[in-house]
Amino acid sequence: MTVPGFIKSSQASTDAAPGALPEWEERRTYMLKCNLLPPLPALDARRLLLQRGMRSAALLCMSLLVAAVGWGENKPSPTPNMFAPTSTPAQQEYVMSLFVLAITGGILLVVGGIWAYVVWKFREKEPTETEPAQIYGSPQVELAWTIIPVILVVVLFLTTARMIFAIQDNPKPKNAIDVTVVGHQFWWEFRYPKYGVVIANELHVPMSTKERPQPTFMKLQSADVWHSFWVPQLAGKVDSIPDHVNEMWIDPHVPGLYVGQCGQFCGVEHAKMLLRVYVDTPDEFQRWITRQQQPAVEQQGDAQGSQSVPVNAGGLQPASFEQAQQASPQAVPAQAPGEASMNQVAVGKQVFQTNACMNCHAVQGTVANGRFGPDLTHFGSRETLGSGIVANNVSNLKAWIRNPSDLKEGALMPPMQLTETQLEQVSLYLTSLK
Amino acid sequence: MADASLPIGSLDLTPDRAAEGTFREWLHGWVITVDHKRLGILYVLYSLFFLIVGGTEAMIIRLQLAQPNSHFVSPEVYNRMFTMHGTTMVFLVGMPILFGFANYLVPLMIGARDMAFPRLNALSFWLTAFGGIMLYYSFIGGFGLYGQGSAPDVGWFAYAPLTTRTYSQGHAVDFWALSLFVTGWGTLGTAINIVATTISMRCKGMTMMRLPLFCWLMLCVSALTLIAITPLTAAQVMLELDRYLGAHFFDAQAGGSALIWAHFFWIFGHPEVYILVLPAFAIANEIIPVFSRKAMFGYPAMVAASVGIVFISVGVWAHHMFTVGMTSAANAFFTLSTMIIAVPTGIKIFNWLATMWGGKLRFATPMLFCTAFVFQFLISGLTGIMLSASPWDWQLHNSYFVVAHFHYVLVGSIVFNIFAALYYWYPKVSGRMMDEKLGKLHFWLFLIGFHLTFDFMHVPGILGMPRWIYTYEPSRGWGTWNLIVSIGGIFQAIAVAIFLYNMVYSALHGEEAGPDPWDAWTLEWATASPPPEYNFAVEPVVSSRRPLWDLKHPDDPDWKYE
Amino acid sequence: MSTITVPVVAHELEQPWHLPNKGKVGMICLIIGESAIFAMFVLAYLFYIGKSQWGPQPREVLEIPIISSICLLSSSLTIWLSEQAVEHGQIQKFNAWLGATIALGLIFLGYTGAEWYKLIYHDGLTLQTNLFGTTFYSLVGLHASHVIIGLIMLITLWLFGMTGHITAKNSERIQTLALYWHFVDAVWVVVFLVVYVIGR
Ligand code: HEA
Ligand code: HEA
Ligand code: HEC
Ligand code: CUA
Ligand SMILES: [Cu+2]
Repeated sequence: MTVPGFIKSSQASTDAAPGALPEWEERRTYMLKCNLLPPLPALDARRLLLQRGMRSAALLCMSLLVAAVGWGENKPSPTPNMFAPTSTPAQQEYVMSLFVLAITGGILLVVGGIWAYVVWKFREKEPTETEPAQIYGSPQVELAWTIIPVILVVVLFLTTARMIFAIQDNPKPKNAIDVTVVGHQFWWEFRYPKYGVVIANELHVPMSTKERPQPTFMKLQSADVWHSFWVPQLAGKVDSIPDHVNEMWIDPHVPGLYVGQCGQFCGVEHAKMLLRVYVDTPDEFQRWITRQQQPAVEQQGDAQGSQSVPVNAGGLQPASFEQAQQASPQAVPAQAPGEASMNQVAVGKQVFQTNACMNCHAVQGTVANGRFGPDLTHFGSRETLGSGIVANNVSNLKAWIRNPSDLKEGALMPPMQLTETQLEQVSLYLTSLK
Repeated sequence: MADASLPIGSLDLTPDRAAEGTFREWLHGWVITVDHKRLGILYVLYSLFFLIVGGTEAMIIRLQLAQPNSHFVSPEVYNRMFTMHGTTMVFLVGMPILFGFANYLVPLMIGARDMAFPRLNALSFWLTAFGGIMLYYSFIGGFGLYGQGSAPDVGWFAYAPLTTRTYSQGHAVDFWALSLFVTGWGTLGTAINIVATTISMRCKGMTMMRLPLFCWLMLCVSALTLIAITPLTAAQVMLELDRYLGAHFFDAQAGGSALIWAHFFWIFGHPEVYILVLPAFAIANEIIPVFSRKAMFGYPAMVAASVGIVFISVGVWAHHMFTVGMTSAANAFFTLSTMIIAVPTGIKIFNWLATMWGGKLRFATPMLFCTAFVFQFLISGLTGIMLSASPWDWQLHNSYFVVAHFHYVLVGSIVFNIFAALYYWYPKVSGRMMDEKLGKLHFWLFLIGFHLTFDFMHVPGILGMPRWIYTYEPSRGWGTWNLIVSIGGIFQAIAVAIFLYNMVYSALHGEEAGPDPWDAWTLEWATASPPPEYNFAVEPVVSSRRPLWDLKHPDDPDWKYE
Repeated sequence: MSTITVPVVAHELEQPWHLPNKGKVGMICLIIGESAIFAMFVLAYLFYIGKSQWGPQPREVLEIPIISSICLLSSSLTIWLSEQAVEHGQIQKFNAWLGATIALGLIFLGYTGAEWYKLIYHDGLTLQTNLFGTTFYSLVGLHASHVIIGLIMLITLWLFGMTGHITAKNSERIQTLALYWHFVDAVWVVVFLVVYVIGR
């Protein structure tokens, strides 16, 4: 029950992958406005050397750890390796981690070395009666090993503090993409207030290029309990808490699919609250967002209209979203259902709307406007279902609707008790919502 | 002066077996006892029992995670397992066993006949015991054993609002809160007792600067306990007010805050980890000098460092909360305060190494465990420093790297030192030596198991594996690492089983130990093994930190140098 | 090997050796621990000031309990006087001052009871009403429960005194108990400031 291949259909990564590091440096220009961040020198030979040096020091000292994970390439991977970052905050955190690793690795070498020496040198070779010389202390030596750690701590702290301010207080550029992330018990809701789009589980963001840096800024909220948004290759995690709105940002520069998952224990299915972030090229993103802005369209092309019931945007909806929704001209005149020409899809829609589905799920442009479960408006365009646990195809979908707990024990969607034909019809309907 | 310091007290060792009676009398004797030694033993046995229980839960966790997409246990059961494992290990193993040692040893080491408040001592133990039983009753309560009853399943930190009535129906959370509330009072009682004992019950000549470091550290721990356990008690009262009387402390709908629970929990939770580790230091402070045949290097600095750790540790709690969205200034502050702990802790490591330097290291089993502890604690401290660098912690938080960090301390430092202590003081308590061969086997197996488990656990953390997941996908590439980790767990289980066997075997067949088998220097070795109920024949009077050293080396006594 | 030598160092024997009273040390520890409990409730109170979304606000319903505060605080004085009395063996006086302390404590409790009655039945404020109710009743209630425990102990002591079981020898234990009562009073100062001054 896994998602076959974490490969994005349209891989445009080839043009950006090799030069990822230097480009990233330059794309950070807007950050330099923040006076707390001293301009990191451009990635010249010296800096590269320094980085290499630190990396090899770290490798040496924590050979196991770094050797095991340090080979991660800076490109999308099914293993969310935090040492293979492809986006600015993750990249900065990585550089910092190398620095900390180098210092702690050095301490480990020195102190661990002394330990090994002492254990070897002073072991009692054969038992004797005489006691060794008794030494009670030495102020000078003790002072030395108080002061050296103090200095190391100061160095570590200053570096860390610089990075905290650089990442956390990074000003938001005007063209940034805004996304509101809402954690729900075991799935994610994403809203693009500027575009009036609500989607679930699969986040799309544009790649930020050298010519046109365009980071994504996220506001994190929670509809129920405590969750945490974590896609290691893109950024460190930030929690989504019910009584508190958090912010984070990413600045991805390699397109592709990134995986992550919820980072805070949130109940039975915390393990299956996966995250998928698609970094699209700007053009792709534009096309994608335009399509998401359309109301639900069943692809089978039948003249199936939608009811022009005003969409009730649930309590958490940001204002700008509602405006966008009202302004949208897509509302098509109602058409009474029950016509003879209905194909399977149409019947499926009927089933969807006459069962409890619509109490929990919304399909924009139809009567279904429930907010408890994921928005299904463009469900057919998603690659996975159940927040990334299985591939989105008709058979999986049928299994899901038959009994969600078969795939995800403890999911908050009840088994819907549909007949097999109804299952088939609903599944066809939902997958048709491209 | 030298002649004036001759030892004069002595104790007749004629065995006193008259006290033996029927089984009922024997049992009754243990239940109503107020003797600090018996209570200490009860504490230790209680904790060892729960070590097996908690360890079994850990093995269930490891079995489940050994492979991706495993169906060994359901998610509900898994969540109960790690919650109960963490809660058990911290509250029913770590704290009671360390208080058990304190109970047994502090009065002996300071030359007292008992704790300051013997009856409070008994009350505290039975409260702790009742709390533990209540926690485990939760498996049977509710829907019985099969469905695991209402065992808590919200993590040992029980973050709100998952614990509110809305998201946790039934009584699981109540079992967690109320049983820890009960053990909390037991702990408070013991802490009060230890402070009062060390301050007011010292024998003549035992000034504060002559106090064995073990007692100093226990004093620090108990003082820290006073101000660290009580916040948890308060938070649990609030939680129960929310759950049963409809209050709104953590109810987001009414304006209550989930964050404040996190703050309250970690205001307790962080000092708690030092409450666990300081007694481990205390043990090392006794064992390392004796087996290096040298006096502790830099005693005053050790005392100062411990007191320093106590004070700093109450100001660092939010390093568990770097990802909750604090301001950058707050993040920087807690990064700094956390890193500062490295300084006093470093002093300790260096002083231990300096004590060993130039000594004659005798690697008996207790010393083996302590030596490994020094190195492992170094590594775990350094991973702690990595976590305290908040930008990196944004990545590492709640990943298996954190799990590796804290097991490195909790197992690699604390459990190692607990074993060291059990080997070291076993002869005093039972009158017989533990078997050295089995002891060495235990040590090496446990060492291998420990490193297989917890060294390799860092890697999936770096590879983005979060905690608390009962399953993961094969494509994530975490499978191999988890398999190695699980195999290490099996080694540990075998090692612990050998240890348990050794304890029972040696109690029956062990070599007679005599009063002072390790040629040690503190007062507990100046009485019989096991000590008589009144501890000492005459009340000791001391003039240095190592009274028995002075006794054994009258020409070169310590008090000339201190 | 049948004897063990216990070190008894002669030159230390002559030194004077005074250790603090264990009861007092224990009580101080208890007080430190309890202070941390109160600190949490005080923090919660401060944190939630002004965050109640509905229901009565402190300013609308709370009246400053001046008389009861005076009673409670002066009970610290009376118990101190009773400590003095017992130290000098004046059991009669001791009983009188202790009785006064108990009376003052009871008056305080009575006022609290009246306050709660008014809040619950007149203003409709309960623990469940809003955050103010939650934090108010839990903080003030926590303090009141300590007053009750203290009063139970004082009354027991007073009964001992009245039946002639108290002598000057007991004075150290009585001081220990009095320490607790002083603590209860000191906490009231904090609670008063937080609830009736800052929070209002
Ligand atoms: C007994 C237990 C114990 C001990 C002693 C420590 C010690 C330390 N811990 Fe650990 N920690 C835990 C138990 C412990 N921890 C637990 C249980 C958790 C997780 C709880 C949960 O989430 O469930 C945790 C989590 C935890 C976190 C939060 C991680 C997260 O959730 O994101 C952090 C972050 O800062 C941290 C840091 C530290 C530091 C800096 C120390 C320091 O005290 C270490 C100091 C020691 C040294 C540094 C080594 C010796 C020093 C020198 C040789 C001097 C030279 C060194 C330098 C100058 C650096 N710990
Ligand atoms: C003192 C504390 C302590 C100790 C000693 C341990 C010991 C161990 N822990 Fe524990 N652990 C915690 C404290 C501790 N842990 C805490 C606080 C948490 C966090 C909980 C939370 O998140 O809520 C945690 C969480 C935790 C997790 C993470 C679960 C998750 O987040 O999903 C894991 C996973 O591997 C784990 C494993 C282990 C293992 C393998 C051991 C081994 O060292 C255990 C070895 C001992 C034994 C095996 C016992 C011997 C038994 C016998 C001899 C009987 C025979 C039994 C069998 C053969 C099964 N622990
Ligand atoms: C009680 C509310 C509820 C009802 C009724 C309900 N659902 Fe759901 N549904 C949910 C929730 C909650 C989820 C998210 C589960 C998860 O991922 O943990 C969900 C998820 C889904 C998904 C996967 C969405 C995605 O993006 O991964 C589909 C498809 C779905 N439901 C279809 C249906 C259909 C069809 C019906 C009716 C026959 C229905 N649901 C009825 C609550 C409900
Ligand atoms: Cu959401 Cu874990
Ligand atoms: Cu901590």
